[in-house]
Formats: sequence, C-alpha cells, structure tokens
Amino acid sequence: MFKWFGKVNYTPYTKVSDFAQHLRDGRLMGSRCSRCGATSFPPRADCEECLSGDFEFFEVSGRAKLHTFTKIVAAPTGFEDVAPYLVGVVDLEEGGRALAWFGDSIAEDEVEIGMDLQVVPRIFEESEEIKVYYSLEPPGTTWSKT
Amino acid sequence: MKRVGIIGIGHGVFGRRSDATVQELAFEAFRDALDDAGIERDLIDASVIGSVPEYHKQRSLAGVVQEYLGLVPKPTWLTEVACASGSAAMRTGWMAIRAGLHQVVAIIGCQKMTELSTAEILALMGRVGEVQWESGFGTTFPGYYAMFAKRHMHEYGTTREQLLEVAVKNHFYGAKNPYALFRKEISAEKAMASEEVATPFQVYDCCANADGAACVILAGEDQAKEISDKPVWLDGVAAATASMSVLRRPHLVGLPSAEQAATEAYAMAGIEPTDVKVAQVHDCFTVAEIMAYEDLGFCGKGEGGPFVTDRQTYIGGQVAVNVDGGLKAKGHPIGATGVSMTYEIAKQLRGEAGERQVPDADVGLTHNVGGIGQYCFVQVLKRD
Ligand SMILES: [Zn+2]
Repeated sequence: MFKWFGKVNYTPYTKVSDFAQHLRDGRLMGSRCSRCGATSFPPRADCEECLSGDFEFFEVSGRAKLHTFTKIVAAPTGFEDVAPYLVGVVDLEEGGRALAWFGDSIAEDEVEIGMDLQVVPRIFEESEEIKVYYSLEPPGTTWSKT
Repeated sequence: MKRVGIIGIGHGVFGRRSDATVQELAFEAFRDALDDAGIERDLIDASVIGSVPEYHKQRSLAGVVQEYLGLVPKPTWLTEVACASGSAAMRTGWMAIRAGLHQVVAIIGCQKMTELSTAEILALMGRVGEVQWESGFGTTFPGYYAMFAKRHMHEYGTTREQLLEVAVKNHFYGAKNPYALFRKEISAEKAMASEEVATPFQVYDCCANADGAACVILAGEDQAKEISDKPVWLDGVAAATASMSVLRRPHLVGLPSAEQAATEAYAMAGIEPTDVKVAQVHDCFTVAEIMAYEDLGFCGKGEGGPFVTDRQTYIGGQVAVNVDGGLKAKGHPIGATGVSMTYEIAKQLRGEAGERQVPDADVGLTHNVGGIGQYCFVQVLKRD
C-alpha cells in the first residue's frame, strides 16, 4: 500500500510497497539483496550491485546525523497548508540517507548540521485515510501511533 | 577527425512573451541565425529542438516548430534533459554532423513557460525531485539548491554576502544585455531584503521562469570554413549524469555530473581550466554558480565564495562568468538556455559582445545543468 506514504503520494505502485505497511506498524525498513547482501535505504527491489531482483526488508535503527536542511517557505501544490516547513537530509547509521520533515519537538534555531537525530515512523493524525511518513526527532524518540 | 563549427547564431528577447507562441519565438531566433550565417534556409538539412514538453499545450513540439520554420520535409527531433535540453540538442547536432549524416544543422532551444497558470507551475514544482522518496515531503527546486548551499556554507564557510555577490554581478551585466528579462542592476542590500523562498535563499538568489528562444547553426569543418569567415569551433561536447535522488549522491557541495563533464570536455578540447577566458555557467540559484566555479576547476573546492567577491569572475578577472546576465538576470526559458549560452560564447569569441566584450577571448565554455544536477553538459568553444 505505497499510496499511504507521503503527504502527497506520486507513486502508489512499487515493488517495495510493503515499506508503507511496515512504517504504519512503526518499523523503518531498508532493503537487502538476497543474492549479494547489498543494502539500501531507501529500499529498492532490484539490486544496484548484482542486478538481482530478490530482496528482503530489514529494520534500520533510524539513528542518523543531519547532513543538510532548509526551511521551505514557497510550497508546492498540496503543501501550502503546512508551509513553512523544515526539511532535512540525514545520513543513517546503517548507511543510506533519508529526507524528512523535522518534528515539532525540535525548534528551528536548534537545528544544526551534524546534529544527532532519530528518524521516527509517523501517521498523519488529522487525515481520515491512512497516511504515513517519518520525521526527524531528538535521539531516543520512539514511535508512537498518535 | 573534422571539427564542427558554429556558422550562425540567433537570439530572441527573453521574458514574459504574451505576444507569441513557442514556434513564433523559435522563428525569431532561427531567422536571426540565418541572417547571421548569411545562408539560404535550403542549406539546413536537419534541425534539433531543445525543449521541455510539460510546459507546452502543444504535444510533440519539434513537429510544429519544424513546420513553422518552413523546414518540412527535413528531419527534426526533440531532446529533453530538463534545463539542459538545449545543450543536449547541441550535442546531438554535433553527433549528426560528425557521423556524416547531416552537413548543416539548426539547433533551436525554445520554451514558453508563462502559459501555465500559477497552480500548474506550483504542481510541477512539487515534482522536480525524485518523486517516490522525496517529493512526498514537499521538496522544491529552490529547496534542493538551498540544501546544497547550507552544506557548502557548513563545510567551507561560504557566506550570504558571497552568494548574493553572484546575483549582484549577474544583474550588473544583465543590465547591458538587450535580450535580458531583468535589465536592472541590484545592490546586495536590496537582495538581502527580498522575500524568503527556502533558507538561506531569498527571491534574489533564484532565477526566473521566462519565455524565449535561441538558435545556433552548426556545420562540418569544410563547409563552416567555406560559409563563415569567423567560425567558432565546438571542440568539447561532454555530458555526464548524477543520481536524480540527493539521497544517493556522493556529496552535496557540488554536482558530480559537472565535475565529470568538465574533465571530459577539457580532455576532448585539449585545454586546461585556466585556458578559459569566458564562461556561461548554470546559475539557476546563486550557490549553483559558486559550485560551478569549483566543479569546473576555475578555483579550488570551497574557494568559490571568495572567488566571486574577489571579482575573479567579472570582466578583468581570471575568467569572466555570465557576463550576459546569466540565468539570474537574463531569465531561464529552460529549453532555450543551453543554446543561449552557446550564442553568448560565440559572440564573445567573435569579439562582437560590445560593452560586455571580454578582452582576448579565444577559449570559452558553457556549463548547462539539468534539474538539480542529474544531467550536466559542458562545451568548450574556440576561435581560430
Ligand atoms: Zn545484489
């Protein structure tokens, strides 16, 4: 159900659609190639290294460091109601990167490149349909459904 | 191998062109280029159109441009690599001539961006990045370059003043370019007071959408010498890619595609970065020009900020950059930009740039980036 992922979803169909289901259940998943063991976050179904199409999901810790960020003021369609918003790119402890919003638990003036963060699975509370995403929170923050 | 030469160049006015369709814009540049070359239209045996289709109501643009230019039944095709579409058209025209398939090819970059409503533009803006893992968080075109800027500032101590000096410089020269969208100088104070777009960027860090067209006519070496007494040689035509997703880039302080395309273009043309006297670089945002100085080897990694404030990229400095106003002041009709860059360098190498002329310009370069760096095309141009 990859259509659950993101405030606006542009890609409802993908070979890694179970990612969104895991995210709803509070798990952040990367992919591991069943043939050569290469891992990826975000997950991908087809191995970049050995071209195998067999993969399995594995849970990543979500521990991360902030690589860079911006506060988007001029928002595109579908995001006007949440603007301005802080977006960050983080380096994950297990390798790979994630791009996500900062949660409300971190004030704008506390944001600093290199800071430790936790990528936390989230569900949009105000939405009737299921919408899942992840956010950047202080280290140690655990997932809670609400 | 025989060289490929530029025998004619043409340019239309960039801006909000509510007076013309996209093929009418293309016509202005094409007629101008034919006049410049002093040749009959019949001599053109193919055209390549650089443009980004999603901005136009007309589907499959190359056909309607070909018809309006009166080039039917000769072949045409469209090249699309986002904001580098014009340079891709240049490169495929070069290939067609080198392959011996065509002798004289018209390269037309054209784009009508202001036909779309603000709502349509905002919807397109939301899909500029990788849409599966990034766009769902509301990323934007300025947002990505803003993140490059933040990282560049963090690693190298690049400042707001240095970033805005790029805008000040490009407006300074844009004021002298009759084809430019903004023909007004700006001060750093004014730029600093403009509205926030995506931190650290304000309005004056960003280039503007525009309508416009440019045309370059290419010919093989023998024909170029026969037709033109001042051919400009297209001696380096390199291209490279970087991952679409910023999550898969080796670093976010430059464009790996630009680093690679530059290395290959220099090798192809047998020159060093220090040989370049005049360059057109892709300044879609202020930081993009600073990263370009570094990716092209005009200065060391991280030295781009001081390089512009030391006036090394003004006329009289080490290498004059974007002295036609760049994307920033000239405007950025995306499909036209790469061809417009080539137009300006040809003009400079021919010594016809008037008050913007770079003294002793014998080697020039264009650096045209698609999207947020997933494509980069670097050309090296020389005069005899
Ligand atoms: Zn593998």
